[in-house]
Amino acid sequence: MTYSPHTDADRVAMLEAIGVASVDDLFADIPESVRATRFDLPSPLTEQEVRAELSRLAGRNRIPEVSFLGAGAYRRLIPAVVDEVVGRAEFATAYTPYQPEVSQGTLQSIYEFQSLVCELTGMEVASASHYDGATATAEGALMACRLTGRHRVAVSRAVHPQVRRVLETYCSGPGVEVVEVPADLSETGSGLTDLAAVRSLVGDDVACLVVQEPNFFGLLEPMPELAAAAHAAGALVVTLVDPVSLALLEAPARYGADIVTAEGQQLGIPLAFGGPYLGLMAARMSAVRQLPGRLVGATRDAAGRRGYVLTLQAREQHIRREKAASNICTNQALCALAATAYLSAVGPEGLREAAERSTIQARHLVATLETAGIAARRFTAPYFSEVALRLADAGARHAELVDQGILAGLVLEPEYPELPDTLLLATTELTTDEDIRRLAAALGAAS
Amino acid sequence: MSAVGERSTTDASGRGAAFHSPPAGEGLRVVEPTLFERSRPGRRAVRFPAPSDAASTAAASQPPIPDAARRTAPLRLPEVSELELVRHFNRLSRLNHAIDIDFYPLGSCTMKYNPKLNEWAARLPGLAGSHPLDPGPLSQGSLELQWLLAELLREIGGFAAISLQPAAGAHGELTGMLMTRAFHRSRGEGDQRRVVLVPDSAHGTNPATASMVGFTTRTVPSNARGGIDLDALRGALGPDTAALMITNPSTLGIFEDQIEDVLSAVQTAGAIAYMDGANLNAILGRFRAGEAGFDVMHFNLHKTFSTPHGGGGPGAGPIGVSPRLAPFLPGPLPQLVDGDPATVLANAWSGRSTPDARFALEAPGARPTAIGQVRTFGGNFGMHLRAYAYIRANGAAGLRQVTEDAVLAANYVRVRLGDTYELPFDRICKHEVVFSARRQKREHGVSALDIAKAILDEGIHPPTIYFPLIVEEALMIEPTETETRETLDRFVTIMRDIAERSARDPETVRQSPRFTPVGRLDEAAAARQPDLAWPFPEADRTGATLSG
Repeated sequence: MTYSPHTDADRVAMLEAIGVASVDDLFADIPESVRATRFDLPSPLTEQEVRAELSRLAGRNRIPEVSFLGAGAYRRLIPAVVDEVVGRAEFATAYTPYQPEVSQGTLQSIYEFQSLVCELTGMEVASASHYDGATATAEGALMACRLTGRHRVAVSRAVHPQVRRVLETYCSGPGVEVVEVPADLSETGSGLTDLAAVRSLVGDDVACLVVQEPNFFGLLEPMPELAAAAHAAGALVVTLVDPVSLALLEAPARYGADIVTAEGQQLGIPLAFGGPYLGLMAARMSAVRQLPGRLVGATRDAAGRRGYVLTLQAREQHIRREKAASNICTNQALCALAATAYLSAVGPEGLREAAERSTIQARHLVATLETAGIAARRFTAPYFSEVALRLADAGARHAELVDQGILAGLVLEPEYPELPDTLLLATTELTTDEDIRRLAAALGAAS
Repeated sequence: MSAVGERSTTDASGRGAAFHSPPAGEGLRVVEPTLFERSRPGRRAVRFPAPSDAASTAAASQPPIPDAARRTAPLRLPEVSELELVRHFNRLSRLNHAIDIDFYPLGSCTMKYNPKLNEWAARLPGLAGSHPLDPGPLSQGSLELQWLLAELLREIGGFAAISLQPAAGAHGELTGMLMTRAFHRSRGEGDQRRVVLVPDSAHGTNPATASMVGFTTRTVPSNARGGIDLDALRGALGPDTAALMITNPSTLGIFEDQIEDVLSAVQTAGAIAYMDGANLNAILGRFRAGEAGFDVMHFNLHKTFSTPHGGGGPGAGPIGVSPRLAPFLPGPLPQLVDGDPATVLANAWSGRSTPDARFALEAPGARPTAIGQVRTFGGNFGMHLRAYAYIRANGAAGLRQVTEDAVLAANYVRVRLGDTYELPFDRICKHEVVFSARRQKREHGVSALDIAKAILDEGIHPPTIYFPLIVEEALMIEPTETETRETLDRFVTIMRDIAERSARDPETVRQSPRFTPVGRLDEAAAARQPDLAWPFPEADRTGATLSG
């Protein structure tokens, strides 16, 4: 099937108006020698057949009955109203608001999104979305390089491994060196970024320290001390945060973060095998000229009516071309809308409830497994809602449980060879007592 | 804050006070306050279950979150009922133009219809609920879908290999340029090849991308026919050239008919040939960049393959590459690890699974030549599945028809408006046509911007204006294949009428728009005195909650 509206008569009439005999005449400018010699694609399908095919593929996935997998993407409640809002065709089928007079819906919602990100982080300015938390973090590190005129970046080993890889890839372009700051992952370790190492590795040639809070292992970093250590060397602090945790945890601006980034998937966006997600990014107003991405500002029309426009575009690629702060163009506006709808649907109390319930279920999980002698916490530092547990033969037992429909988090050894027999388990507000009971029973039986 | 029921008020500075009380409006003309103005303490939509006693008791035995880490300032998120929330966003939505409302001929953006079937597919629980780190046995469907889409894009573009990881067109460009860098480094020419050539008609993302990767940009002029100036290109190419980035068809909507000479010059110079695939909608089934000799191209799934633009994303920008760039693709790539590819494809095209086939992601670091990772996980999967549904619905015949109808529509508009607006390059175009309002500007003082604003009053989205930069007072029109002839005729009539009014009564054009929710906005003021976030009253910063 096609979505073309034209009848044969339409096509004939249009060809006549143009004054050509056939549609092939409109492609005569493609030299014969470079024309496509093949286009071997499957036959067209009807709606019924497309539904069957996509259902077939969806059916080949198995969604576990019980899951403690997080590690950067989290199963949370998506209120029905959020999906309704992002499904609105007036939002979904519009493009970048280049004509503000007929784009006030998108523009105002982005202004609201920027406001919410500022409120969560305590920062003064937030850009209108990045591809994901990792690319926002990488852009944040490059922004720190521009702000400081320095060309080295220090990143904690307790930052999400995939975020570190994206950071390294982005930095490899302009030749920014990435230095890894160790974390205390020893047998009796805290699991935190090594503060002494920060003091020795972050010198006056380092643009920024990149840390994650809570860190990849779900642990609470000593953020004020880390920030002070970086600032003492004249480096900035780029912090990757969990937006839901900010209902309970201190706003990053208050412990000295200079650039705050986050993965916004938890704010009403489905897991969808990794995307589309949402990169949040916020900074201080003094840094706004180096902030990558779109910005929406409030202004007025000639009649004094409030309205919103894309603003400070002199940072952007379509104006500045090779001198732009970033090449970012299309980003994740509809995901930003989902986050805006989510945060207003749950409100301050709801976000606090979701965060609180997540942290309580994490403690419930740890207490249950420790009491039964099944597993023990791998690290000593305080945790939020994700926890690394030591478990004999973790890889094999994780695989056994998959067959029973139970996903016991993530096996850490492939990413962290120094952490054998360790699982990373996440809880959210969707984690039930029954989930914890089933995990404990399955692990207990398998041991 | 203003009292409930009070109408649109402004303080002297225009900041820090309520502008409208909730909910205000003028009949059916929507005026919508911000979420923060609608907020009232104690209202809410969603509640979460309280933890059980057992959970709380067990949790009490564990170390709590230290006080030092806890939030010290109240979190001032909006407090609204669900109905207030629904009305807020539905009212905002009515302030938007969208493809589903009317014609959206925004050049270079390919604003075609976004099929509803794809939205249905994206909400299938088995796909929407798939975690990106789910172990292989749980995610065979997602991996197969990505592998199949990569095979389809490989065939469409004529490439050796595909990465679906880039999240947008500009992100695909970044990936392509990082691979270009890695390629030259692998041949010991990394320090030497530092210049990227871009035509003067290029998208701004091209030079911005080159800079992000540490290249310098050199601009190549266009010739009188709207193609690249071949002599200038040959003069610019040298041992320092890393790549040529070229959009084909160009942003003038013109197919580069010297493409063979361009490619051979680039190859002789030892540089990489990058094709910006933004305009792929014009050449499906007619020209395959990889087959013709390009090393790399990004696909904009949100343009050519109908995934919704979302008000500025999410898009998706997969890239296709030649054999010599394939080793550098970002990982992890989805792979068929057990099973015969031809069998798996044949089965999938008949709607069947292959029982013994097994898909897996490459292990981290499995391919040391890879440039790394450009995004977490495997990319914008939700866009991949929509594009897959679209390509399967169309098939080869449908995609050929897409291109034919898109080019037919653009040429129809070109011919029908060619006597009204100047055509700087008056020749057969591809998916879009670029006019100039130079004559209207010179003779009547009516600019491309004025014309765009006058189009708004007709309920249609204007073309892209002032781009490409090489056309004075540019009006860049891309009708796409999904608009009826009646819509195109209505657009032509509107454009003729505006031209006629520009001559007869230019002031009415310059005063447009008159029928939009707001008039022309003061963009200079917005930039001079940036108001980028809701200014909570200062009292709130010390801890008081937002009051009505």
